[in-house]
Amino acid sequence: MRSKGWGVLIAGPRAGARVTRSARNMAHLYGWLLLLPAAALLALFTHYPALGTIYHSFYSTPRANRPSVYVGLDNYQSMVEDPVFWQAVTNNLIFCIGTIPASIALALLMAVWVNGKIRGRGLLRTAFFTPTILPMIAVANIWMFFYTPDYGLIDQIRGLFGLPGFNWLGTRNTALWCLIVVTVWKEAGFFMIFYLAALQQIPPDLSEAAAIEGSSRWYFFRRVTFPLLMPTTLFVLVNAVINSFRMVDHVVVMTRGGPDNATSLLLFHIYEVGFKFWDVGYAAALTVVLLAVLALVALGQFFALDRRIHYR
Amino acid sequence: MSALARPSIIGDALETAGAWLLALVWALPILYAFWTAFHPGEFATRFSLLAPWTLENFANAWNAAPFARYFLNTVVLVTMILAGQLVLCTLAAYAFARFTFVGHNVAFALVLVQLMIMPDVLIVENYRTMRLLGVLDTTLAMALPYMASAFGIFLLRQTFKTVPRELDEAARVEGCGPLQTLWKVYVPLAKPVYIAFGLVSVSYHWNNFLWPLIVTNSVSTRPLTVGLAVFSGSDQGIDWSIITAATFLSVAPLLVAFLLFQRQFVQSFMQAGIK
Amino acid sequence: MSKSWTTKLATAALAAALSTGLGGVAIAPAAAQTEVSFYYPIAVGGPVTKIIDQMAADFEKENPGLKVKPIYSGSYQDTITKVLTALKGGDAPQLSVILAVDIFTLIDEDAIVAIDDIVKTDEDRAWLKSFYPGFMENSQTGGKTWGVPFQRSTPVLYWNKELFKEAGLDPEKPPRNWAEQIEFAKKLTKRDASGNTTQWGIQIPSSGFPYWLFQGFTTQNGLRIMNTAGTQTYFDDPRVIEALQYWIDLSSVHKVHPPGITEWGTTPRDFMERKIAMMWQTTGNLTNVRNNAKFPFGVGMLPANKTPGAPTGGGNFYVFKKSTPAQQEASLKFMKWVTQPARAAQWSIDTGYVAVTPAAWETDVMKKYVAEFPAALVARDQLQHAVAELSTHDNQRVTKVFNDGLQAALTGAKPAEQAMKDAQREADRILRPYRR
Repeated sequence: MRSKGWGVLIAGPRAGARVTRSARNMAHLYGWLLLLPAAALLALFTHYPALGTIYHSFYSTPRANRPSVYVGLDNYQSMVEDPVFWQAVTNNLIFCIGTIPASIALALLMAVWVNGKIRGRGLLRTAFFTPTILPMIAVANIWMFFYTPDYGLIDQIRGLFGLPGFNWLGTRNTALWCLIVVTVWKEAGFFMIFYLAALQQIPPDLSEAAAIEGSSRWYFFRRVTFPLLMPTTLFVLVNAVINSFRMVDHVVVMTRGGPDNATSLLLFHIYEVGFKFWDVGYAAALTVVLLAVLALVALGQFFALDRRIHYR
Repeated sequence: MSALARPSIIGDALETAGAWLLALVWALPILYAFWTAFHPGEFATRFSLLAPWTLENFANAWNAAPFARYFLNTVVLVTMILAGQLVLCTLAAYAFARFTFVGHNVAFALVLVQLMIMPDVLIVENYRTMRLLGVLDTTLAMALPYMASAFGIFLLRQTFKTVPRELDEAARVEGCGPLQTLWKVYVPLAKPVYIAFGLVSVSYHWNNFLWPLIVTNSVSTRPLTVGLAVFSGSDQGIDWSIITAATFLSVAPLLVAFLLFQRQFVQSFMQAGIK
Repeated sequence: MSKSWTTKLATAALAAALSTGLGGVAIAPAAAQTEVSFYYPIAVGGPVTKIIDQMAADFEKENPGLKVKPIYSGSYQDTITKVLTALKGGDAPQLSVILAVDIFTLIDEDAIVAIDDIVKTDEDRAWLKSFYPGFMENSQTGGKTWGVPFQRSTPVLYWNKELFKEAGLDPEKPPRNWAEQIEFAKKLTKRDASGNTTQWGIQIPSSGFPYWLFQGFTTQNGLRIMNTAGTQTYFDDPRVIEALQYWIDLSSVHKVHPPGITEWGTTPRDFMERKIAMMWQTTGNLTNVRNNAKFPFGVGMLPANKTPGAPTGGGNFYVFKKSTPAQQEASLKFMKWVTQPARAAQWSIDTGYVAVTPAAWETDVMKKYVAEFPAALVARDQLQHAVAELSTHDNQRVTKVFNDGLQAALTGAKPAEQAMKDAQREADRILRPYRR
């Protein structure tokens, strides 16, 4: 691929006036050729199935002797009337509120500590990050021991203070929070890495200058560090939101959605409807809701992030 | 940052203590798992310094599933996904970073769609597709939906954009074509990003569970996590000794690699300038 | 979505693959061999995979020309998921072990053949009659037999003999009825000075699938919870509500049972940790408890009320429609081979499942085992009182409705009566289409 002209076409607007029609065509061609392999796979395994889900949400579930038929909004009607759906939506919102700010705040705190000159920061970093690389299935099983009433770790510690055993996972009000804690524990270290990377980019002379001027660490953090970390925060936020709608392994292992749907998350409900009840039509309608939520939240945030980076 | 203004010894000490406390809380589940894996079952719930050490849990876990084969499968799977991702994402990122083509913005937005709609959510439809392609129960089927990674494309695009145009103009003057320029200029400069992305990808797919479970059904293709699932969902209840032993068996390579190379790991992230 | 459209596309894809030589491996060589792929889930600990692989290898040795390819398919849930998904895709197994209660789901999906339709000889028919009737209840509907019992279990009462002694109870005598169950549990519940419970009298786990153990209560209260056609449930029957109230009262009134939802998975451990003196658990746990309990323990039938009673549980063999007559015959041969008395006995000893035929209990190997470990006999004796596990059309959905109702009542979110009436109303709604 040797061509005298191709440098022009990647030179962008700067070379605008000199760009010939054929060079522009070449740019289109090159761009698309480079993109093609990835685009094909994305179309096949993301866009096509996403659209397929929407399509199937208007059709009934095929059974052995009842083929699938167009049912309009019936599946959506069932959804509105399904109390478990609303419970799952509520749970998912609580799950978001419980996991996202906590894991982001902890990640930032961890990153600031590990970035500083604290004693044994290598060990600290290892401790914070290791949960990230363990499989959720195994992690959830290990955490079940912590939550076990009476002789589980948490109750053993509570026992030292004379507190009675408590059925953490078997009580409506606490079960979801148990899952939230596991999630925060597993995610914070991952987000920490992103913050750490960003913190290392902040020139040290900034903080030295601030020190000379006598501004407090907190003031410096609030007025300088945190704003500089904003793109990272947005990026992490997007990931945290998506994860809170995508993760279901721990629900499967720890509570199976119980007690009485108190820990059923949206995707878990979809999994139950789709793979336990085999009601694919209804599962498709539920998935459409999930897709819509994800699309709205993440797209908006993502463009904000992209702009930030551009104008930095 | 502790070098900042008005360093107070008490404040620093408190902060250090806080950091260590949090680290302890974070390490606790893993320390517990380690303790349990190496001690007889009855010590899973009580701690005694006199408890005898044993490797029996590992033997039991190893015998409960063909872990050796699962290891091989996982390594093949992770390698295949990573190789696919590196090639596909590099090309696509290059296109987005340095070419203006029709539908550029729309295409990029469509790529970003995958950041939200991960293949994990589209299991039923994707199973159908795999069936049509005739690749069910193969490593390829497990890998395909993840190969074109929007995360990878985005990450590399950001990096490629920071490459000074003078460099590729220089390459052009030397007579390099677009692919040669990509290979000689962009890829070497993005090395830290590749390493960071590779580590994230490997750890993600090493631990992925649901899709492999659905799309494969033989010992010769299934990865480690599916093997691990034997130990949850059992009628007999939870045997933490065996679960923890099996967990360590299956994540050992990842864990050891991370502990050995964690400096490089974190370093590569920082150089990558992910923000 | 039209089925034929998908099929056409699949065929086209296959043809394309074949023509390019890619599909060569996907198609079995047309040799004289008959191969049966066989899905099996694992729900107990131990080297089950090895045992099954060995069985298949031994079978092949004795039956040249037949091949059985065992495929570990995850949990029961994974297995039915996998099978139903595969059915729509055409890559289904010919033989599988699936929960006995999935019988209606499999029939409704037109997935399986009746075993009566593939048995040929009188010997085959005699074999089909050789199983315990308690297990066959879940294998038959509409006058036909659809499943062959294999990995079957039933819940029993485990008690800690040491704690019985401490409480002044005869360690050899478990509670025999509901009143004794409460009375014993009260004696076995210990509280410390500040009123915290340090030892519970009894635990009947209620996480995940509470309906199963609860069916023990309802059966003891003299009720079968659904009809054999799988179209009607009786969740709001007064006997169900009474049974549920009894379960709730164990913790809320008598304070002898931990409050809230108690976890199935940790219950055996609770028992071994002496946190609970008695538990209801599957016979599948015998081996586990036997190996790990550091105290003498007893195993007995579940306490009776109006009658003794318990559900059965576990998995059956099913033969799938998408198989050739030769494959169906091979499947039959394999099922017969595996359930031979000696082999069924060994399987039971290795895994803790209940041996499925009376003949298995008469084998030498079983007699020797029982002599060493008499507790294993309890399951057999209880089988005469055992009934079918809850199973209806759209089973998973009906079961979930029931589970949700039970958990709502057990966590105090709804009174027992309300919870059961709600569950019945939902079940009626789900089952209405099947009553025509």
